[in-house]
Amino acid sequence: MPEAPEIGATHTGVLASSAKPERGDRARGPRRLFRGRVLFLLPAVIYLLALFAYPIVYGILLSVRQSSVITFVHNTGGFVGLTNYRLAVTNPLLPSVVWNTAIFMVGSIVAQFSIGFLIALFFTRRFPLSGFLRSLILVPWLLPGVVTGIILRMMFDPNIGMVNQVLSNLGLIHSPIEWFANTHLALLVIVLANIWIGIPFNMLLLHGGLQDIPHELYEAARVDGAGRLRTFRSITLPVMRPVIAVVLVLGFIYTLKAFDIVMIMTGGGPMNATQLLSTWAYTLSFYNLDFGQGAAVGTIMMAISLVCAFAYVRTYRGELRS
Amino acid sequence: MKFRRRKGLISGLNVAVALVIVGVMLLPLYWAVVTSLKTLHQSYATPTALFPPSPTFAAYSQVVHTQGGSLLTSFIIAVGATVVSLLISVPAAYALANFRFRVTWLVTLSLLVAQTIPGIVLGTSFFKIFAGLHLLNSYLGLIIADSTYCVPFSILVVRAFMIGLPRELLEAARVDGATLLGTLLRIVIPLSRPAILTAALFSFLFAWGDFLFALTLSTSNSVEPMTLSIYSYMGQYTSQWPELMAAAVFAAIPSAILLILVQQGIRGGMATAGLKG
Repeated sequence: MPEAPEIGATHTGVLASSAKPERGDRARGPRRLFRGRVLFLLPAVIYLLALFAYPIVYGILLSVRQSSVITFVHNTGGFVGLTNYRLAVTNPLLPSVVWNTAIFMVGSIVAQFSIGFLIALFFTRRFPLSGFLRSLILVPWLLPGVVTGIILRMMFDPNIGMVNQVLSNLGLIHSPIEWFANTHLALLVIVLANIWIGIPFNMLLLHGGLQDIPHELYEAARVDGAGRLRTFRSITLPVMRPVIAVVLVLGFIYTLKAFDIVMIMTGGGPMNATQLLSTWAYTLSFYNLDFGQGAAVGTIMMAISLVCAFAYVRTYRGELRS
Repeated sequence: MKFRRRKGLISGLNVAVALVIVGVMLLPLYWAVVTSLKTLHQSYATPTALFPPSPTFAAYSQVVHTQGGSLLTSFIIAVGATVVSLLISVPAAYALANFRFRVTWLVTLSLLVAQTIPGIVLGTSFFKIFAGLHLLNSYLGLIIADSTYCVPFSILVVRAFMIGLPRELLEAARVDGATLLGTLLRIVIPLSRPAILTAALFSFLFAWGDFLFALTLSTSNSVEPMTLSIYSYMGQYTSQWPELMAAAVFAAIPSAILLILVQQGIRGGMATAGLKG
């Protein structure tokens, strides 16, 4: 990839950077020089070890130790093997938490991906102000989760929320819906909130991918008399496959981590109807003060994420080869 | 002539559709601003007014009064996290872009993986570790914790940019006898300003918006960032919507500034290099 990566590095820019054989000096410098060079990287390595590796290991250790209110202050719990995992897995709440998380993730990812893709396709058209309007769509993604959460909390408020008002103006409802009191509706609302945040992110990446498709491909398709749908299926989708894979993997990792909006909008309620793995891990540790079980849930989440991360890295590599 | 008119019509139609999409996506924000400009009484009136009937900034001045301190706290923490992040990221990006180490691939891989770690995993461990180091309820603790959002992201963004810098410049500097540090400070950093600025802005935004670490690493409200204060305020006064919305608008300001500043810069890989949240 000859062109210089842009600010923030386009998608392919980042890829190119990991693709290129290291550009360091051909001949290895003398030892002294090497030591000087290492100093630039050293702080980051120490940082990664201290603030990522150590806490991760600490969390895993926490998950295999006994934990109670007594060990809360002094971390003196003895080794208990997989007891905390067993407790978490047999916890009566687990099935519903897993179910909620699954619904939340599938609902969010499917909707934000499809809607994001449609908007991205739309914005490949050329018309005045398209760049400006497209960047405005990014706003929900850039907002702090707390801001998003509280604003959408108000939108769905039974008394003053706009959603109820619009529904009742349309004659669809006759009395205000208590969105946050109903277990199904509360889950629906946090999924909708997450979709709202996710659309810009999906649109951004997919639009970048669409822009990179060589125009000649479309020309050729048109010469061959391919219709729109055919062109989309035979050209757009295959060419976009690596980008789509990255978008979906990132969507998965990101959705699994979702925490802020759920805490703000529902706090996991009503009756744990919106309790996700992330909020449950928090609740176990910080409300029940059962850090062992909380850490076990966290470790399970991390394992799921890591599997995904490796899929992500493999996607990178797959894209490099082609 | 006819063709051109048709083209103009299509283009107008496209703009109209785009406006509708933007309108739907930004509707909640519009609603937040409208509500923040109402009085409490007006916010409960039915049917709800689509424009503030008599715009008032009372809610804003109330927020400045009650939560001004939290806004300042958030600002200090976000600046701190940004500075920490840049101090670590820029030299690392320079090294990863220009020098060949045996661990380069491992470090890059770790940076990608680091961004996938759920915040709650780090938050729980930080709570325990920081408790022992007396870093709970402290600025330093939150700066350190929040910087974990920024460092991997910043290194990747800046490194990707530095790789694209013309190699000849660095060679020339070396021929002129510049040290590695001198080359970084006098040539690489000035040339990489756009990427460093992007990294800085996003770092600020990540730290500013942090809720998870603020929640887990605070046991009192002695150091209370804005996100946490909105959360607890909401718990106490659920129905004070104008004030809550005014606080939300304040909290959204950095996002707006960022959008304006890097409008051209935000493109695809932004998100590939860094996961928000």
